Amino acid sequence: MTIDTLRIRLHRFLRRVWTRPRIDLPLAFALLLLCSVGLVTLYSAGDANLGLVGGQAARFVLGGVFILLMSRIPPSMLRNWTPWLYAGSVMLLVVVAVLGEGRGADRWLNLGIMRFQPSELMKLTMPMMVAWYLHPRQLPPRWTDIIVVGGMIAIPAGLIAKQPDLGTALLVSAAGAFALFLSGMAWWRIGVLLAGAAGMVPIAWHFMHQYQRDRILTMLNPESDPLGNGWHIIQSQIAVGSGGIFGKGFEQGTQSRLDFLPEHTTDFIFAVFCEEFGLIGVCAILVLYAFIIGRCLWIAMEAKDTYSRLLAGAIGMSFFVYVFVNGGMVSGLLPVVGVPMPMVSYGGTSAVSLLVGFGVLMSIHANRKVHD
Amino acid sequence: MKRGAKRLRIYKDTRGEGELFRRRAFAGFALILLGLCALVGRYVFLQVLHHDEFALRSVNNSVKPRAIPPARGLIYDRNGVLLADNVPAFRLEVVPDKVPNMNQMLAELGKVIPLDPDDLDAFRKQLKQSRRFDSVPLKMRLTEDDIARFAVNRWRFPGVDVAPYLTRYYPLGPLFAHVVGYVSRIDADDLQNLDQDRYKGTTHIGRIGVERSYEDMLHGTPGYELDEVNADGRIQRVLKTDPPVPGKNLYLSIDARIQKAAQDAFEGRPGAAVAIDPRNGQVLAMVSVPEFDPNLFVNGISSADYKTLMTATDKPLLNRALRGAYPPGSTVKPFMGLAGLEYGIRTPQDSVLSTGVFYIPGQSRGYRDDVRGGVGTTNLYKAIYASVNTYFYKLALDLGIDRISEFMGSYGFGHPSGVDLPGEVSGILPSREWKAKHSPKERNWYPGETVITGIGQGYWSVTAMQLAHALATFAGRGMPYAPRVVMSTADVGKPSSPLLNPPTGPSLIKNMKDWEAVNEGMQLVIYSTDPTSTGFGTKLGEGFPYRIAGKSGTAERFSRKTDAYNEDKNTAYLAARHRAWFEAFTPAENPRIAVAVVLEAGAWGAKDAGPIARKILDAWLTAQGGAVPPHQPLQESALAPASSTQTPPTPEDTPQGDVPAPDSSSAGDDTQ
Repeated sequence: MTIDTLRIRLHRFLRRVWTRPRIDLPLAFALLLLCSVGLVTLYSAGDANLGLVGGQAARFVLGGVFILLMSRIPPSMLRNWTPWLYAGSVMLLVVVAVLGEGRGADRWLNLGIMRFQPSELMKLTMPMMVAWYLHPRQLPPRWTDIIVVGGMIAIPAGLIAKQPDLGTALLVSAAGAFALFLSGMAWWRIGVLLAGAAGMVPIAWHFMHQYQRDRILTMLNPESDPLGNGWHIIQSQIAVGSGGIFGKGFEQGTQSRLDFLPEHTTDFIFAVFCEEFGLIGVCAILVLYAFIIGRCLWIAMEAKDTYSRLLAGAIGMSFFVYVFVNGGMVSGLLPVVGVPMPMVSYGGTSAVSLLVGFGVLMSIHANRKVHD
Repeated sequence: MKRGAKRLRIYKDTRGEGELFRRRAFAGFALILLGLCALVGRYVFLQVLHHDEFALRSVNNSVKPRAIPPARGLIYDRNGVLLADNVPAFRLEVVPDKVPNMNQMLAELGKVIPLDPDDLDAFRKQLKQSRRFDSVPLKMRLTEDDIARFAVNRWRFPGVDVAPYLTRYYPLGPLFAHVVGYVSRIDADDLQNLDQDRYKGTTHIGRIGVERSYEDMLHGTPGYELDEVNADGRIQRVLKTDPPVPGKNLYLSIDARIQKAAQDAFEGRPGAAVAIDPRNGQVLAMVSVPEFDPNLFVNGISSADYKTLMTATDKPLLNRALRGAYPPGSTVKPFMGLAGLEYGIRTPQDSVLSTGVFYIPGQSRGYRDDVRGGVGTTNLYKAIYASVNTYFYKLALDLGIDRISEFMGSYGFGHPSGVDLPGEVSGILPSREWKAKHSPKERNWYPGETVITGIGQGYWSVTAMQLAHALATFAGRGMPYAPRVVMSTADVGKPSSPLLNPPTGPSLIKNMKDWEAVNEGMQLVIYSTDPTSTGFGTKLGEGFPYRIAGKSGTAERFSRKTDAYNEDKNTAYLAARHRAWFEAFTPAENPRIAVAVVLEAGAWGAKDAGPIARKILDAWLTAQGGAVPPHQPLQESALAPASSTQTPPTPEDTPQGDVPAPDSSSAGDDTQ
């Protein structure tokens, strides 16, 4: 193929991205609504800093472009690339482990023009790889398949946990595990695995960093360390609780505005939302999240083949993990792990990588089963 | 794999799988809804059941953590003379959120405490960048009078308060401006690059000099304090304190007495001098004249002061020791001579005939000697002490530019010396590569350029730091050390621990006989009785207890239009055309200090820059506790020491069993 034909193909591809988008409108509108809520909350939490809001909006626009691009890549092509994409992301994780750079935790790769977190890539390539592996196999999976998939999950998750980035390790393994769950793995096997995992807890505790242990201990008793780790939890709970049913109103949250609440634009932004919009706001946004997840699962059910089904379902379900872990962390139900509230927390790569995932869903939707 | 997949697909029950997935998706969604319900349950627990409790805590939330900035490490000279101090002061701070009308408040406040336009500018700039609940400094270094007047009027200005802080003060002022540097206010650009947690509550950051290069050590770690605040945000009670860790104190290797003598020796004439201990790379003095007062910059320099400094013709802000690159002239001749010996193409006795002018074989352009008619037969020693161009023209041509640039590069010319100070320039070491890169029109290298490279002219440019570094490397028998101005660090209240500075490689000298020959030539610069010697009549070695080895350099600022002799001997005229260099080390047999001096406008190296070098050596000698006999007896040399002035040896300098040797203090008399 000559350069010219390549250029013409690329040109045609890009034109179609624009003229004939393959978008599922309900999902697109739900995401747009969610992004708007995110920007409004960020405006208040960031003390009316328009630079912050503008930066986040720019990321959403970039994510939107990715949705359009990804929606034109057919799932079959994605499936052919999957092993290479997976191997590539594992390689990048190894590179980061060897020569990564970052503040405190080594999870960044410096590409010269931008810094890049390979673990974000893994959030997508992980469910792709599991779906690719299970696609040609007889389902429900047997023990041998389960063990192979377990290995596929454990290697990258271990590398990410070692960075150390427990939150992302959790999200990546959840994405892989959901694909396995959706493939129809027998309930009794799931029970055996969960029991085994419970048995592993003391071993995991042994291998944790001291700061990770501290976070769990502090979650159990936040008043024990009111200056350090406990400060986040106490202030966050005061913010949430003082919001009440109707909230204090937009831009009226004292906890963040008086600087009591730390990290109120990133990991703890949901506490600002709860303080200002109250329980009603919480219920509304959770319904929105539930609708997005439900829509993803519906798209998955309509999908043509096993690969698309498992991938779409796993992406949708891992969206839930973000919401549950961040919502639990902000309300003191779960320990403090670095998992953002999707589309609401300020911060670059995770918002963009989530939207890329939704782009894949759009493509699966566009190539759905043809009903008779 | 692929074939296996095909085989398996035969058994795949596609419709059944779809059904299985559908069931699983419903089950998964049910689990998710369950999880979300649990979440809602938790929020109901907090927002409905315990709402009153949390609402009360939110209103009474009066406990705030506050960062306590660490005290910046102090800087001392090698003997503990304080060079950078923290002094307590008071400043005016404003919490923007508490001020109903900022402009009116500032106007009113201006009647109570005089506010400079500069203060107001800085304040408004910082106001834009900070949160409305953070206090912003308005005026630094309040006087007692200011504080008293504000105290009486404080009720009129809600949100304005007097706060104590520590400010940086440089007791010796200009003397160490170019070494220690200064700190100044953190600005918006800094905030982008700083670790916000480490700099919480810190207002100043090292800008140049040691303050900048050792910022990380000097800064320390902030502490935290839990304060109970009232509705105005004023602190009522401190509940808990986690004290900050102050920054490390630094000890420079520079001796303030030598530094002072060096600065005085310039008598205000622009130039630079660097003295290095060849045994370890420690910088003993580093001056750049003229200087400026670093204290002006600490709390924001006024625009009038800044304009004065920026527009001054002698550029006091320019660090000439690190950034002033000048053609080195004849100061490179000892290194050239050494290159000839080390590459094995000369012996010390090999001589050329100096006739006053040198021609490249087959070319008509003549390259001049300093003396019309030349100085006759010249070996290495004479070439150095009489600075005979012809010897080095021929040597350069025989060595070739590639070997010259390789050799000179190994002594640090053409790249930064690696001193622990920011902003050092590379200078220029002439080479084919350099020319090809920087002279796009004329990329070829010509023999004529090699010839003038041999006497330190042409493309060459060198800083005082580079020359001192190269000379110290030579003087230390070739052991290369990166120059260091900071000698040791100490945590507050703990003894100091030295910063290690191992040599950067093995000795550069292949044969110590070569070292001795060049050293001998450099001693003759000071002590030769031959009237053609450049040091003849300058009395540079007179009255000094150790043998000094030296070399002058007089580099032309402008390239000559003709090769005619310039008959104008007027000193002021020559000073406008020349840069005067002098390099020296002592004791010649076992060097402990190497000095390079450059005078921007000096007529002759030996006559004008030489005395400055000598004054630095005198100050060093005094700092050592006077004249001390050298370690080893003098080797036989062309000029035997005539007599000796006896001074009792100190234990430090004379190990047991060493015989105190006669020194050569009066050898300089011979050159009269």
